[in-house]
Amino acid sequence: MSFEQPILNTSPEVSDEIRKTTCYMCACRCGINVHLKQGKVAYIEGNRDHPVNKGVLCAKGSAGIMQVNAPSRLQTPLKRVGPRGSGEFEEISWDEALSMATNLLEPIRKNNPEKLAFFTGRDQSQSFTSFWAQNFGTPNYAAHGGFCSVNMAAAGIYTMGGAFWEFGQPDWDHTKLFMLFGVAEDHDSNPIKMGLGKIKARGAKVIGVNPIRSGYNAIADEWVGITPGTDGLFILALVHELMRAGKMDLDYLARYTNAPVLINSDPKSPEHGLLMRDADGKQLVVDSVTGKLAPFDRPGVRPDLSATYRHGGVTHRPVFHLMVERYLDPSYSADAVTERVGIAADKIRRIAAEIARVAFDEAIELDQEWTDFRGETHDKMIGRPVSFHAMRGISAHSNGFQTCRALHVLQIILGTVEVPGGFRFKPPYPKPPEIHPKPHCKVTPGAPLNGPHLGFVHGPDDLALKADGSPARIDKAFTWENPMSAHGLMHMVISNAHAGDPYKIDTLFMYMANMSWNSSMNTSGVIEMLTDTDENGDYVIPNIIYSDAYSSEMVAYADLILPDTTYLERHDCISLLDRPICEADAAADAIRWPVIEPDRNVRGFQSVLCELGARLSLPGFTNEDGSQKYADYADYIVNHIRKPGIGPLAGFRGDGSDIGRGEVNKDQLNRYIENGGFFVEHIPDGAHYYKPWNTKYQDWAVKMGLYDSPQPYLFQLYVEPMRRFQLAAEGHGDRQPPDHLREQIKTTLDPLPIWYAPFEDSHVDPEEYPIHALTQRPMAMYHSWGSQNAWLRQIHGHNPLYLPTKLMTQHDLTDGDWATVSSVHGSITVPVAHMAALNENTVWTWNAIGKRKGAWALGEESSEATKGFLLNHLIHELLPPKGDGLRWANSDPITGQAAWFDLRVKIAKAETANESQPAFDAIKSPVGVGPAELTWKVSQ
Amino acid sequence: MTQLPETTQRKLGLVIDLDTCVGCHACVISCKGWNTENYGAPLSDQNPYNKEASGTFLNRVHSYEVQPDIGAAQLIHFPKSCLHCDDAPCVTVCPTGASYKRVEDGIVLVNESDCIGCGLCAWACPYGARELDASEGVMKKCTLCVDRIYNENLPEEDRVPSCVRTCPAGARHFGDLGDEDSAVSQLVAERGGMDLMPELGTKPVNKYLPPRPKDTLDEIDILAPLLAPVAEDPKGFMGWLDKTLEKL
Repeated sequence: MSFEQPILNTSPEVSDEIRKTTCYMCACRCGINVHLKQGKVAYIEGNRDHPVNKGVLCAKGSAGIMQVNAPSRLQTPLKRVGPRGSGEFEEISWDEALSMATNLLEPIRKNNPEKLAFFTGRDQSQSFTSFWAQNFGTPNYAAHGGFCSVNMAAAGIYTMGGAFWEFGQPDWDHTKLFMLFGVAEDHDSNPIKMGLGKIKARGAKVIGVNPIRSGYNAIADEWVGITPGTDGLFILALVHELMRAGKMDLDYLARYTNAPVLINSDPKSPEHGLLMRDADGKQLVVDSVTGKLAPFDRPGVRPDLSATYRHGGVTHRPVFHLMVERYLDPSYSADAVTERVGIAADKIRRIAAEIARVAFDEAIELDQEWTDFRGETHDKMIGRPVSFHAMRGISAHSNGFQTCRALHVLQIILGTVEVPGGFRFKPPYPKPPEIHPKPHCKVTPGAPLNGPHLGFVHGPDDLALKADGSPARIDKAFTWENPMSAHGLMHMVISNAHAGDPYKIDTLFMYMANMSWNSSMNTSGVIEMLTDTDENGDYVIPNIIYSDAYSSEMVAYADLILPDTTYLERHDCISLLDRPICEADAAADAIRWPVIEPDRNVRGFQSVLCELGARLSLPGFTNEDGSQKYADYADYIVNHIRKPGIGPLAGFRGDGSDIGRGEVNKDQLNRYIENGGFFVEHIPDGAHYYKPWNTKYQDWAVKMGLYDSPQPYLFQLYVEPMRRFQLAAEGHGDRQPPDHLREQIKTTLDPLPIWYAPFEDSHVDPEEYPIHALTQRPMAMYHSWGSQNAWLRQIHGHNPLYLPTKLMTQHDLTDGDWATVSSVHGSITVPVAHMAALNENTVWTWNAIGKRKGAWALGEESSEATKGFLLNHLIHELLPPKGDGLRWANSDPITGQAAWFDLRVKIAKAETANESQPAFDAIKSPVGVGPAELTWKVSQ
Repeated sequence: MTQLPETTQRKLGLVIDLDTCVGCHACVISCKGWNTENYGAPLSDQNPYNKEASGTFLNRVHSYEVQPDIGAAQLIHFPKSCLHCDDAPCVTVCPTGASYKRVEDGIVLVNESDCIGCGLCAWACPYGARELDASEGVMKKCTLCVDRIYNENLPEEDRVPSCVRTCPAGARHFGDLGDEDSAVSQLVAERGGMDLMPELGTKPVNKYLPPRPKDTLDEIDILAPLLAPVAEDPKGFMGWLDKTLEKL
């Protein structure tokens, strides 16, 4: 046969039209180009112009086409007709659904709004849903931050006015050493991969600190397979070794942090440990130029890191003295911590030395003049090119807040925050904690709450307590149990509502939160709480309303289902008022818009809230004549005014040319659509670094509406609000904690970072339960959402429990064997697999692959529903009873963050089985099972 | 039997950086999306919502653990698709001429209208890079997005395979490996790019960049103190501090 080849059309039509919107296959919010053929979604790719992903797109994003056609999509509003959990529903109209909801909620609002608990899960519209809840008047609102990464967010904001991910990012273009601590691999997804790619292209170094060497850690040049829950101790050992060698940026510490700020050092004083302030409340330092006391921000002041000050018989010492005393202590040395952290002492010292070498010997100088808040002009920007990122791996422990604080303190003593090559904030951050709202909880029947629900407390006066001292909120956020719970405690809502602790509620209203499955600790227990009845046979949690786009496990446990749209069928705004998508060099926000229309009887949840708000006559949702104020969410996005000139979207305001502040522009959404679905405004030259102290950045932020006036501030190495809680626990002040919490407050709310063992270690016998058990989220799946996606579930349809070599050998296990894994709370029996690149005392599995039979339109024999499993069954939302009759949350005692990763287990070989245990009965599906074959081609 | 061209004018292919690939599967799904909608029959899925789901993919990521004699175990993510071999055994084995290697760019393709689904090519390919579509009964394989790379309906910067365009870590590179001055050839030269199983004589066009050495911090000579202490006790430390601050 001679060589011949066919003639190909190498320029086929790609699509009829490209519509640009924002992805929602995870929380990353990348820009996407949705290619349409004949009005159908034909192909999804990344938007090259978009600030978040610059054209790239992850597996989830490209699989969006399988989400939009997923058979699990709910079709129409549903009213429960069988018992809870049966999945027996009747299809109803929207009018009936909204009447039902109105009839439930109207009397609650009139009589006692706290009887509504409204929690919104993986919500990306929190500034809107919280506004709705505030208008309703209930104090019981939060999204999912409390069971996700509030420790990271709150520790960052209290310490330095911002944290990782949405708050800031490494300076990927300049960093020479990047150190990554435990990360759920979608926080954030594409930007970290893009950043790692840039680092790798330059041949710069990555150190991965994680018990598991997968994903990002697999490409790390150095792997530190740390013992779970000891990251804080490891970080403080690095601080010790660096400090001992004098490897700190003392100039940076003196100028930009509260290291030189004076502290009352008289143990007998009621103000012991509080910062010294002038009459205007300004923190005071000793000026090394004059030797006199001065407010930190006075022009020309050069704060002294070392000088003490005696006043009124009380010695005041700089914060730095306390830090030196604490961290130079040999108990923080590499030799002292090596055993507990599971890292060789030499390795700890080598890492410290490498950090010091890069930070100080490879410093960067940018020829860029800038002027600081004290009026001093600098001719260069000095960079310490070491950067850090961390997320849930270090947050989701009962010592997570202090661990996250320790990491921020490490960054700060190196002088790597907001400098070239270090960590950089993204607008609207940096933002000092004082300008965030405080929590509000004053309930008035028939009227809105007295202010925003969530915020940052600065002492006992800001706690959300009732007049009798009992918790004002159903989740006990902002109480002595966890005073600084900035994101609420979603994981405690159902448990507390069921226990009537602190009180009973009438209606639980939830959005995008799979609480009867992977989003709860103690899944079986939560299922029982949702279905439990009282002596009259009534449900203990009387009413449950739930909104979701898909047939999740939670659907069966609600009484009324409000079916949401998919992300390509709706309006959304990714707002600067909410969880923004800015870059370190730019402010940005974005929209979603219906690039296709729903083919089912479903409505975007936010639009439903607009109508429900009007039906309930909520003031923010009703015109003066009583009519509905916002026709739908799109109407709200354009017309809502939060402050004069400021609305949900910052771009194209006024006549279309106003940025940040400006009048309502009726054409705003069209302008966003024309611009690719987003808006971006770049930070001016000279304002890119040193943002908290750089006058040029501060002035730009005011112009943009991010601040009302310039807000220069000092990084708080020492967090004074924590000391205020300690003082109360020591007996000072009028607002006093209950006695049983005094010791916990005194020991854990230390204003300088400390490490203490995860709480589980103190109530579980580490000899009996010697193994740490973790979950990780795969990069190609987002929680439960991926399993309904025909393409993604072929990548992650199985989740064995991965065991290190030592445990495989010890228990005589080989791949495919089964093991029973027990915690002090429960046990599961699951398939195992070997993984060598794993901490020798740690086991792990993929998060949320296991599914309930009947959910997500999967066949009952699907691998996810048979062999798939959840670790959640082993983790209780409460610590084991201590005999005091009290319910102690399995949470961080500072923020209330769910301590998922404290879990300790033991393992035993089990008989080979067909199904993981516990196995649950199938729930009846409202949508049936998906088709037996897919040959998806819209142009066929 | 089908003939290979004696030479091709260019050798278009991929360079995949194993030091950078995080194993995220972005390339896998982007490929699935583009090639389901474009060249030839859609890439079908059997039992997509039930047990034993099994679909056609032109690109898959495998993960392998490596256990060096000294040091910690490592995990390597290994994306694999057709390597567009110069001596492609999948082409010469084809009984109908459906499989062919293009003269102008070296891309190996299947002309689906001539494919009888006999599977000989998949058997002949030592890399397991071809998959028979269970619904259409034709052989599917990486086309190097031949309907993208020359496509005048796409902006010029998008005329690359969809896996390359989407890769978040920038671990995939596309170009002419027959041109030693091309960016991809230079990358291969700089980073010691490798053929996959060269001993088989298939002369793959695609190249892999090997992972860089790992865990080298453990090898640092620590005879010299890494971090010499400025003082051994806090008091001495404060003395050091005062002296240091004077210099600032």
